[in-house]
Amino acid sequence: MLYREAGDFKKSYAEDSQTFPLKLDRYGYYAILAIAFLVVPFVINDYWASAVLIPFLIWSIASLGLNILTGYCGQLSLGTGGFMAVGAYASYKLMTSFPDLNIMIIVLLSGAITASVGVLFGLPSLRIKGFYLAVATLAAQFFLVWLFNKFEWFYNYSASGQISAPTRSMLGFEVTGATASAPAKYLFCLVLVVLLAWVARNLTRGRIGRSWMAIRDMDIAAEIIGVNPLKTKLTAFAVSSFFIGVAGALFFAVYLGAVEVGEAFGIQKSFLVLFMIIIGGLGSILGSFIGAAFLVLMPVLLKNIMVGMLGWPIDLAAHIELVTIGFLIMLTLVLEPHGVAQLWRVTKQKLRLWPFPH
Amino acid sequence: MSDQLLYGIEAAINGLMTGVMYSLVALGFVLIFKASGIFNYAQGVMALFGALTLVGIQSGQVPFSHLINAVFGTKIHHFSWEVPAVAAILLTIGVMILFAWMVERFLLKHLVNQEPIILFMATIGLAYFMEGVGDLMWGSDIKKIDLPIPQGINETIDSLTYDWFGYGFYIDNLDITAAIIAVFLVVALTIFSQYSTTGRALRAVADDHQAALSVGISLRSIWVIVWSIAGFIALVAGVMWGAKSGVQFSLSLITLKALPVLMLGGFTSIPGAIIGGMIIGVGEKVFEFVVSSSWFGDAMGFTMNATENWFAYVLALLFLVFRPQGLFGDKIIERV
Repeated sequence: MLYREAGDFKKSYAEDSQTFPLKLDRYGYYAILAIAFLVVPFVINDYWASAVLIPFLIWSIASLGLNILTGYCGQLSLGTGGFMAVGAYASYKLMTSFPDLNIMIIVLLSGAITASVGVLFGLPSLRIKGFYLAVATLAAQFFLVWLFNKFEWFYNYSASGQISAPTRSMLGFEVTGATASAPAKYLFCLVLVVLLAWVARNLTRGRIGRSWMAIRDMDIAAEIIGVNPLKTKLTAFAVSSFFIGVAGALFFAVYLGAVEVGEAFGIQKSFLVLFMIIIGGLGSILGSFIGAAFLVLMPVLLKNIMVGMLGWPIDLAAHIELVTIGFLIMLTLVLEPHGVAQLWRVTKQKLRLWPFPH
Repeated sequence: MSDQLLYGIEAAINGLMTGVMYSLVALGFVLIFKASGIFNYAQGVMALFGALTLVGIQSGQVPFSHLINAVFGTKIHHFSWEVPAVAAILLTIGVMILFAWMVERFLLKHLVNQEPIILFMATIGLAYFMEGVGDLMWGSDIKKIDLPIPQGINETIDSLTYDWFGYGFYIDNLDITAAIIAVFLVVALTIFSQYSTTGRALRAVADDHQAALSVGISLRSIWVIVWSIAGFIALVAGVMWGAKSGVQFSLSLITLKALPVLMLGGFTSIPGAIIGGMIIGVGEKVFEFVVSSSWFGDAMGFTMNATENWFAYVLALLFLVFRPQGLFGDKIIERV
């Protein structure tokens, strides 16, 4: 009764192969978009924006990016933090060198710069596979963070070694800098998230996405049926790094405003994004969002409960948070190695048959 | 000999010693990877946990006192006794064996036949969990290892090298002890795996899980044994590193130092872990020495420092491009 495809007739090939073939899903998607664009900006306050919504949107982009590389193309990467740093520093250099450039163009250009760095570090993936590759991507993480710390040109010779975002506006609203309002920042991130999720969805179900999945499932077999491993792996690295670079640029320019590279883009961030896609689901667009939402919300929730309600010391709460994250990751993997997205798929399947299971 | 060359040699020898310390961590990785195909990211955290437990038991700390105090409003922190070192070590080994059993019982058993990437991520989760539990149990303040481990400059080497070259090398006794222990561990492990029945079973499991099962080797008990040995090695590594830099959170980060060692030496080779550690240790010290020296600055126009963070990884990466299975790893054979 709840979730039916009966009566939902498809009259054309396009209708049949759309992203949300069921009416219920489609209307749900439109409703969420409408709420996100038309309701949330008017009710949002600074706390919700900075603690929950903006980080959620930014981490969604990052986990979409990593999911393309790891979930769809099967190349395990631990260099996410380093690539986010590239995005952040690229956007900083662009913002300070070209003050008149539109912030949207800056963010997209930062993504493009990160994509080229990603391709560079993706080159060894043709020779190195599996865990050796995962460890090799750590080289990117440590080297890039060190690089941005070491050469003063990257942070414009500022004494503190920090970079801070100057004020830039989009359509007359300030989106970066100290005085930018919460709704403007939120909407700016939201537009990018919707745009990039749409791109990711359509890339992954097209020819490119299928070649990624072929490489993931078995690279030698894929090569034999005519998938070019060089092109496929490098496009995965490029697209993934583009997403991660955009996320890094937003993380720096819109969310934090000022960053110190070792602290903001350390290896912990690489693991955080990896956890998002594990918990959410490898190889699933929806999973990227679920994972990001989960790992953004959970610390806020735990902190509110333990520090706010029970009055426990902050360091104790931090330890319990570690235990909880670790436990949840193990639990997800034991119960459902394909993440929450798979649970959702199973639930939908059951709902379609409910209340008659056969 | 010129001073610069002498300093360089000193840096290289110290690097060699540090490399052996990396190998101590890497050894645990190799064991688990060989016997179960699991890439155990939690090895560094196990070292931290082992060292924390040892210190905690020895000084008679109450486990979870921080949490108990927060929940019940009490103010307990220590029992009134102190445990002698030998008993504390034995108890800690007991805890590590219990831990190995629990990992097998509650985590690995459910993940048999999953893809390696899933198992790897499970160990990352385990690492986070253990780190949190370790901090909850014993508190996150920096602790000192209270064992009679020799430390400080080795006078003999200092005076000997002074007589030879007119410049005394600074080599820490702790590093020498660690090197001896590492050599001892490698020999012991090799003998164990070559000549004992359990060792034979371990090698059988490493070769082929299913074939081992079919001749009656219990996979699950083998895993418990392997994780227990890895826990013991982690404890040794934790004590040595703890004596060097204090038992604290950053100890778990030695995993990140051991990874390039593993890549270089190959994931499946015990001697590879030692030799890889030495190459990385010497390489990073000498590289740092060269790029931060003044004559490098004169020649290139800039100097670099703090390269130790990434040098090992970049070295291992470049190396792997030419030999994807590491120095001593099993040859990767791909079939469709």
